[in-house]
Amino acid sequence: MAVQDFVAPRSLGEAQIAFAEGGGASWLAGGTDLLVGIRLGSRDPSRIVDLKRIPELMAIEVESDQVRLGAAVSAYDLLRHPTVAMLYPGLAEALALIGSTQIQGRCSAGGNLCNASPAADSIPALIANRASCRICGPKGERLIPVEDFVVGPNQTALGGDELLVELVLPLPTGRCSDAYLRLTPRTEMDIAVAGAGVSLTLDDDGKCLASRVAIGAVAPRALLVEEAGQALVGSRLEEAAVQDAVLAVRAAAQPITDKRGSAGYRTHVVGVLVARAIRRARARIAGEEIV
Amino acid sequence: MSVSMNKLPVRTTINGEPRIFLAAPGQVLADALRDELQLTGTKIGCNTGDCGACSILLNERLVCSCLVLAVEAEGQSLQTVEGIAEDGVLHPIQQKLLEHGGLQCGVCTPGVVVAAKALLDANPDPTEEEARYWLAGNLCRCTGYDKIIRAVLDAAATMREGDTP
Repeated sequence: MAVQDFVAPRSLGEAQIAFAEGGGASWLAGGTDLLVGIRLGSRDPSRIVDLKRIPELMAIEVESDQVRLGAAVSAYDLLRHPTVAMLYPGLAEALALIGSTQIQGRCSAGGNLCNASPAADSIPALIANRASCRICGPKGERLIPVEDFVVGPNQTALGGDELLVELVLPLPTGRCSDAYLRLTPRTEMDIAVAGAGVSLTLDDDGKCLASRVAIGAVAPRALLVEEAGQALVGSRLEEAAVQDAVLAVRAAAQPITDKRGSAGYRTHVVGVLVARAIRRARARIAGEEIV
Repeated sequence: MSVSMNKLPVRTTINGEPRIFLAAPGQVLADALRDELQLTGTKIGCNTGDCGACSILLNERLVCSCLVLAVEAEGQSLQTVEGIAEDGVLHPIQQKLLEHGGLQCGVCTPGVVVAAKALLDANPDPTEEEARYWLAGNLCRCTGYDKIIRAVLDAAATMREGDTP
């Protein structure tokens, strides 16, 4: 490793200065991608700026209308937070699928997003939950939807000197829930062949008032499929409406063929996962047992 | 050019004792534990977070010490496999691994011990499925895992009995 310098700033302001002075600096959250990248030679920062001593990046704040998740909070801490997993069970499902227990002890939702893998598990779940990214840079702050944050494989909308500070999720209200499902060849320690995140809001009669459907590992980046969510709105999630959503995600998918699956297989499977995730989110709202 | 030029002091608590060591900015904690602190119980397998042999507890969270920079440990509390047995008495997890033959070559064993301790600290009564998922990041090429899982569940049962007077 050619890392020359390590700094652990205590504030966003200090972090910006440390990063700008570094000339070839990398931000460090959990390090589960960065340190592997350095080891394998794909990353070569001269300075590492650790984010885990900056309060905003390590906070979980449940407010009256939104939840703010610090970008560097570990998946383990998010999963054990008393309300995050209860409010967003699908996001919790996604975080619990990332790597091993050891990896979850370090990896963060912010890092999973910034690493921008097409197969990242947490991204479809964040998109389904209408999450936004609060970004801080020398020119100030901006807020962008998660679906616009990743622009391609390992590429984000972050400027070179910008920092993802936190993820902001609207607080779920009414009869709503979410779900995330993925397919992997093995049950654990594997990368998605396809993934599907769904959020649903139903009225008291079971009619769908709002839905968001996002898919992962079937395109250069996780995709929000608005047509799939629209296919559900107004329905009571009858089979015909679910099949319309399935057709919409299959139409939106643009997968590659690789060792984990062919493009045709992925296109088929992502539809199956979306249908199951819809039923899973609905079962959660109904208070039925999830199997 | 020399890495030793810019080594940084790192103040930690390891297995309950204050320890200070020097680390290069890019040095991973697994290397520092072994090379600077001579805590060679922590093994290095893959160096990419896949095998779990370097598992330690960092502020009571289970992590791969090959994916933590040594300098990140500044002010933090670490527990390594050397801190699991108390006063020379094996922890029930260690004892049960011996009794069940839950190791052969032994390279994965320190990581398994630390990971299993973290499991039982968080969940004293895990199901077999929970134990298998928790330990999925600890690769063992010898045992086929079955004896490890039996040992961990037996240790959990033993520890639960010990808790009830």
